Amino acid sequence: MAQPILEMRSITKRFPGVLALSDVNLTVERGEIHAICGENGAGKSTLMKVLSGVYPHGSYEGDIVFEGEPVSFKDIRHSEQLGIVIIHQELALIPELSIAENIFLGNETATRGVINWDEANHRAIELMARVGLRENPLTPVKHLGIGKQQLVEIAKALSKDVKLLILDEPTAALNDDDSTHLLDLLKGLQGKGITSIMISHKLNEIERVADSITIIRDGRTIETLHVSEGAVDEDRIIRGMVGRDLAHRFPDHIPQIGEVLFEVRDWSVGHPHDHSRLVIQGANLKVRRGEIVGIAGLMGAGRTELARSIFGRSYGSNHSGAMFLDGREIHLRSVHHAIRAGIAYVSEDRKGLGLNLLDDIKTSISSAALHKLRRGFTVDEQEEVVVAEQYRRSFNIKAPSIAAGVRKLSGGNQQKVVLSKWMFTDPQLLILDEPTRGIDVGAKFEIYGIIQALAREGKGVLVISSELPELLGLCDRIYTLAEGGITHEFDKDDADQESLMRYMTVDAR
Amino acid sequence: MTTLTTILRGNVRQYGMIIALAAIVLLFQRTTEGVLLKPINVSNLVVQNAQILILAIGMVIVIVARHIDLSVGSVAAFVGATGAILMTNYDVPWFLAVVICLAVGALIGAWHGFWVAYVGIPAFIVTLASMLLFRGLTLVILEGKTVGGLPENFKKMGNGFLPEVGPDTDLHNLTMLLGVVVVAVLVVLDLRRRAAAKRYNFEVLPFPLFALKQVVIGAVVMEFAYLLADARGLPIVGLILFALIGIYTFVMTRTVFGRHVYAIGGNVDAATMSGVNTRRVDFLVMTNMGLLAGLAGLVTTARLTAANPKAGVNFELDAIAAAFIGGAAVTGGVGTVVGAIIGGLVMGVLNNGMSLMGVSIDWQQAIKGLVLLAAVAFDVWNKRRTAGSGGAGAEKSEATPPPPAELVEEIEQLEHESSAESGVGRRGS
Repeated sequence: MAQPILEMRSITKRFPGVLALSDVNLTVERGEIHAICGENGAGKSTLMKVLSGVYPHGSYEGDIVFEGEPVSFKDIRHSEQLGIVIIHQELALIPELSIAENIFLGNETATRGVINWDEANHRAIELMARVGLRENPLTPVKHLGIGKQQLVEIAKALSKDVKLLILDEPTAALNDDDSTHLLDLLKGLQGKGITSIMISHKLNEIERVADSITIIRDGRTIETLHVSEGAVDEDRIIRGMVGRDLAHRFPDHIPQIGEVLFEVRDWSVGHPHDHSRLVIQGANLKVRRGEIVGIAGLMGAGRTELARSIFGRSYGSNHSGAMFLDGREIHLRSVHHAIRAGIAYVSEDRKGLGLNLLDDIKTSISSAALHKLRRGFTVDEQEEVVVAEQYRRSFNIKAPSIAAGVRKLSGGNQQKVVLSKWMFTDPQLLILDEPTRGIDVGAKFEIYGIIQALAREGKGVLVISSELPELLGLCDRIYTLAEGGITHEFDKDDADQESLMRYMTVDAR
Repeated sequence: MTTLTTILRGNVRQYGMIIALAAIVLLFQRTTEGVLLKPINVSNLVVQNAQILILAIGMVIVIVARHIDLSVGSVAAFVGATGAILMTNYDVPWFLAVVICLAVGALIGAWHGFWVAYVGIPAFIVTLASMLLFRGLTLVILEGKTVGGLPENFKKMGNGFLPEVGPDTDLHNLTMLLGVVVVAVLVVLDLRRRAAAKRYNFEVLPFPLFALKQVVIGAVVMEFAYLLADARGLPIVGLILFALIGIYTFVMTRTVFGRHVYAIGGNVDAATMSGVNTRRVDFLVMTNMGLLAGLAGLVTTARLTAANPKAGVNFELDAIAAAFIGGAAVTGGVGTVVGAIIGGLVMGVLNNGMSLMGVSIDWQQAIKGLVLLAAVAFDVWNKRRTAGSGGAGAEKSEATPPPPAELVEEIEQLEHESSAESGVGRRGS
């Protein structure tokens, strides 16, 4: 066999407190389409960032050999010079600029700083033809659909004489036609000698185009499957992706499940800007008192969007459907209404949406239920301290005092502060979005304990998580979500990682 | 471990500007050969700077809420002009004119609030527009002329003094009495704060230092009262100002509304997701700024005894500078009313001191610019320095001290009461 275009050997990448990649090996043959599969957080994107120089040489261990030469990239420009181009999931186009301007951004055809637009536009048309994009190169990118924007990105990559094209979830935001076109284009580029690495959750697409599939799990390479060496089907890939025991331990918990507490019927939500695009389509779900219900879905399936649209319509547009709490229909027009109705939402984005990092622990805890501390015109600060101290003790928040700033707490303790804040609103239904993201194992165990205790109090808990073992260990019932629709409902006893993954990767459309 | 240096180091941010103000006062006291702190000059300092300090109170709240208001000078001029026209051309009684003018100010603020909070136009642009708009309207209603002949009672708002009571002493009795009351109130409040902090095991100043702090603050307040009493007594505008400082400090530190302002300034998305009606808060903050701009306009008009089309020019810049010198953060969420007042006093003393020294107005401007930059640079440097280590006092100790016994009892009482429905409450106890 010819020399591989790329070899990554024993790549190890550490973040403070986290081992993101451990001894990962990846070999990509010249001219193939190589898929990388793995759960969210398995380390796929980190590996690609190491390869493209986002994490420069020296910040990781191991070797990268490209076209037979060992390379050590300082930054993205460096890797691009050698022909490695990465297209991120969130497109890096500038909406107000034209197609041509975007294609040559940072790579302008200029003589002494002055751009020759005639030549640029002419070259843009050639490049656009290569990706099958028939548009005026002067059209601003914002007027293009997401599928065509993706093509502009690929044209931009081609303008840099790309040898190895990396696509991170290229079809995640595309409809069927655009996806098909994109995959065909990849096949076409393959014919012209361009090697591609594609990260994707859509196993049917991988099955269609990939020549080799490398599976990454928990920051390690599990295996590389070659289509030429025998049948690779979705089941085989799923088994590789999830094949592990329940690594996490969970506190003992005997569920005491009661009446239906919360119900959503036929819930649909439009995209906040593009009102015609439905982000959530006709979702139905129920949560009983004392029950922990999971929502399993891959990134982009609409998990957070579903939760936030329920929580006082804090996401999306054109909400339709009905919501019931304790059998009574409720209309939640704002977050304020949702909190007063007894719904709490713990965001996945702790620092962006959960906390004011300028605050201390006690003001953070009281911030969502200040109305409970209101005495006439003032906030009862004595009571506030008592409340905060109570949560610090019961949730075991490790801090010098409740006057300590939340910015300096560890992720686990910050999460306990956020949980305290929402518990203080006296919720009936708690929606927890990635409650253990970025938290070490010990704190995870404590947080599971808190969640279970809440359920035993008769509250309903809805848990969104990317970690299937977490859902399987914690939940009494699990819904799978794919492309904005609920695809299946599992009882705890019927669910395993393979079956969940199957319904998470179903093409709902 | 609680040595004097560590305490000072941890509180540089809090006390830095007070120290700077004291240094500037001492400097000018020397260079002006004692004129700066002559009773009549201190009295003038209060009267001349009141309008900027009033604006600084509103401005720091606007800045904490991550906005800005560039229109306050024009709005002040417009409201002052409106008042003058009402009182002279239409013979409206002065107190009614004041009420109408404050309403006009609040209405203009509400206009800004509407565009900022509900339409979503940045405050910089909305108030830039108003800066032009109301400067123009001031010229229109005054027809480009200065309008004087205002009622005597109205003019007292700007340059009157408290009436005298009691026996005839060399000093103004009521002013001294007010000074004593203010010191007593400050000491009682600080004692209560200290008691509460100790009860919850927060770090507090050691008692000798605490006592020293009270003595220093008391001495400064009494000296200030003495100087005013030795001149003409407390100016009425000073009384208005002190009342506003008290009210707005209370609003910003003790009320739900104040908490919400800091919350949206610190992280507007987190505030929204905590159920704060961020638009309403933004609206009220801008409305309040309009109200205070109106008041500042009335005070200015009263002090100058006439409405002038050029009144209030650059007021907005002085007020913004005061807020930033006083420790407010451009990104919002940080800043205090007292800090803004101190910042305003720094600017005021600089103006006054340099004028006494005969420094030309051009140089004054230049020096004030450098002082603003230096103050904010100091703040940035200080923040960077403390970011790595400790920071505010309470974060310095490493171990978690157990809460004091009485608090534990109180909590256990609560936990006991709620244990029927609360499984969570018992965890870890």
